[in-house]
Amino acid sequence: MASRNDAAVGPVAEKAGQDSARVEISGLTKRFLTPAGEVFTALQDVSFTVEPGQFCAVVGPTGCGKSTTLSMVSGLDRPSEGSVRVGGRVVDRVTDGVSFMFQADALLPWKTVLGNVLMGPVFRGVPKQQAQVSARDWLRRVGLAGFEDRYPHQLSGGMRKRVAMAAALINEPRILIMDEPFGALDVQTKAIMSTELLGLWEQIRPSVIFITHDLDEAVALADRVVVMTSSPGSVKAVFDIDLPRPRGSVQEIRFQPRFIELQHQIWDSLREEVERAYARTAGGTA
Amino acid sequence: MSTTSAVSPAPVEGSAQLSARTAARRARRRRVALVWAGRIGLAVLVIGGWQAFTTWGIVDPFFFGQPSGIAKRLADLFRHGTEFGSFYANIWTTIQEALVGFAVGAVAGVVFGVALGQSRFLADVLGPYIKMVNAIPRIVLGSIFIVAFGIGVLPKILLAAVLVFFIVFFNAFQGVREVDRNILANARVLGASQLQIIRHVTVPSALTWIIASLHSAFGFAIVGALVGEVLGAQSGLGLVIKTAQNNFDPNGVFATMLVISVIVLGAEWLIGKLEHRLLAWRPPAPSEASSAL
Ligand SMILES: Nc1ncnc2c1ncn2[C@@H]1O[C@H](COP(=O)(O)OP(=O)(O)OP(=O)(O)O)[C@@H](O)[C@H]1O
Ligand SMILES: [Mg+2]
Repeated sequence: MASRNDAAVGPVAEKAGQDSARVEISGLTKRFLTPAGEVFTALQDVSFTVEPGQFCAVVGPTGCGKSTTLSMVSGLDRPSEGSVRVGGRVVDRVTDGVSFMFQADALLPWKTVLGNVLMGPVFRGVPKQQAQVSARDWLRRVGLAGFEDRYPHQLSGGMRKRVAMAAALINEPRILIMDEPFGALDVQTKAIMSTELLGLWEQIRPSVIFITHDLDEAVALADRVVVMTSSPGSVKAVFDIDLPRPRGSVQEIRFQPRFIELQHQIWDSLREEVERAYARTAGGTA
Repeated sequence: MSTTSAVSPAPVEGSAQLSARTAARRARRRRVALVWAGRIGLAVLVIGGWQAFTTWGIVDPFFFGQPSGIAKRLADLFRHGTEFGSFYANIWTTIQEALVGFAVGAVAGVVFGVALGQSRFLADVLGPYIKMVNAIPRIVLGSIFIVAFGIGVLPKILLAAVLVFFIVFFNAFQGVREVDRNILANARVLGASQLQIIRHVTVPSALTWIIASLHSAFGFAIVGALVGEVLGAQSGLGLVIKTAQNNFDPNGVFATMLVISVIVLGAEWLIGKLEHRLLAWRPPAPSEASSAL
């Protein structure tokens, strides 16, 4: 079977059919110790599967444990119970072939744009020359050619997200996890970048777990939408999105009747949870 | 007239902008001139006052020196040297001791700071001891070093290094602790090994703190070297000061002091240059962007 190092095998290897890109989350539970010494259950028995090459969106009220789930999928954190399997292997440390785009800005401010994108290949021991060529190529693909020598603080928020996207994709991951990657962007930029992401995803076809608060975005991009309950988070419902691919522009698909129907169904499921989460935080602070 | 107005025709807009720019430039030049006038005025006031008061006999120049006397003594020191060889040789001794001590202390401080900042275990084991050593008045160590290593340059280097070490160490340690969690997680997911994380993430991030500490650290390196020389030496500015003191020669003390401050200012300037090079990635602070200094 495919080795765990297959990210380095071929440039546009057809990974969609490989089991090595399946993510199985089963019985995932995560408890934290609060500063007061109490046990806080952030996640309760979360299970869902992302098929190889599938684009899976996760929606849920704030604080329901979406980021926590991702940190366990990426191997940055350990579950209290249950497990995550990537390609059949239990995740017990940072896994090769998994890229992560974080909720907060995570670029290295002391490296240039090029230096930031270079990191992935350099950490994997790709020769510097080769890494540079591929970093420049990825910067061109995300529309940042000519900005190689800038520092992150000299870029706009949208440009920084593009750099982060190039840095995540340059390793040609089997699994791409994205935590509200475009959350901080304005509506137009967000739509443009979502469309670009779809285009790039179709080129290398990793399995994607994509967290968002934007239902339109979730339905427009994903094959499958997982709705989570308010805290402690668990899976409330899973919706399969049967809109045909390629979907083209994210702005236009929103007006298709099937899109609107799906969007309504998911919102019906989510609304209750959002209201409950809101009532809890509002009540807690009152 | 508004320079941002979109209604005004282009040529008018251009000339308005031009005059605004010349006005701004003139205002800045006036400000710089004012600042320098203030600086020079203050120096004239202090030095002139000192000279006047000692000349009029209100303050006794025998105890407090006199600017003209200091200048004469300084020229004399450079021309005729001291009892322990030329003045230049003495200056060089002190610079050497301070530089070597500074380098040793700074490198050790960074290495220990990064190591302890990385490793919770090491920090827990060594932490209390480092705090204890830090609590000793370290100048006293100078006496021990002189007893142990004689009156050559080694004890002064050690004393300077110890003083520098603690400043740099605590800053490096804190800097490593302040590394952004997201950036760290990002590097780990990208596949960085522990060493790569130290090299690409931890050290550059702590560098802001480390370099800030280097500014004050060089001052301490000089203090270490001087104190060591006062305690016992065959050459060096500390010895020159001590001899001047024993000869009731305040002008000699002041003259040497002047030389020392020039050395420290020079080092400060070099460190500033280094800072500029290493921290080029930083966005300019709002105060830096607007201040004329
Ligand atoms: N290290 C921690 N210690 C204690 N509690 C934590 C910790 N990390 C997260 N939590 C709690 O776990 C819950 C889930 O957090 P998480 O960041 O996963 O939420 P989220 O679903 O990503 O929210 P958002 O959509 O606002 O980003 C929150 O209530 C949070 O307070
Ligand atoms: Mg989150």
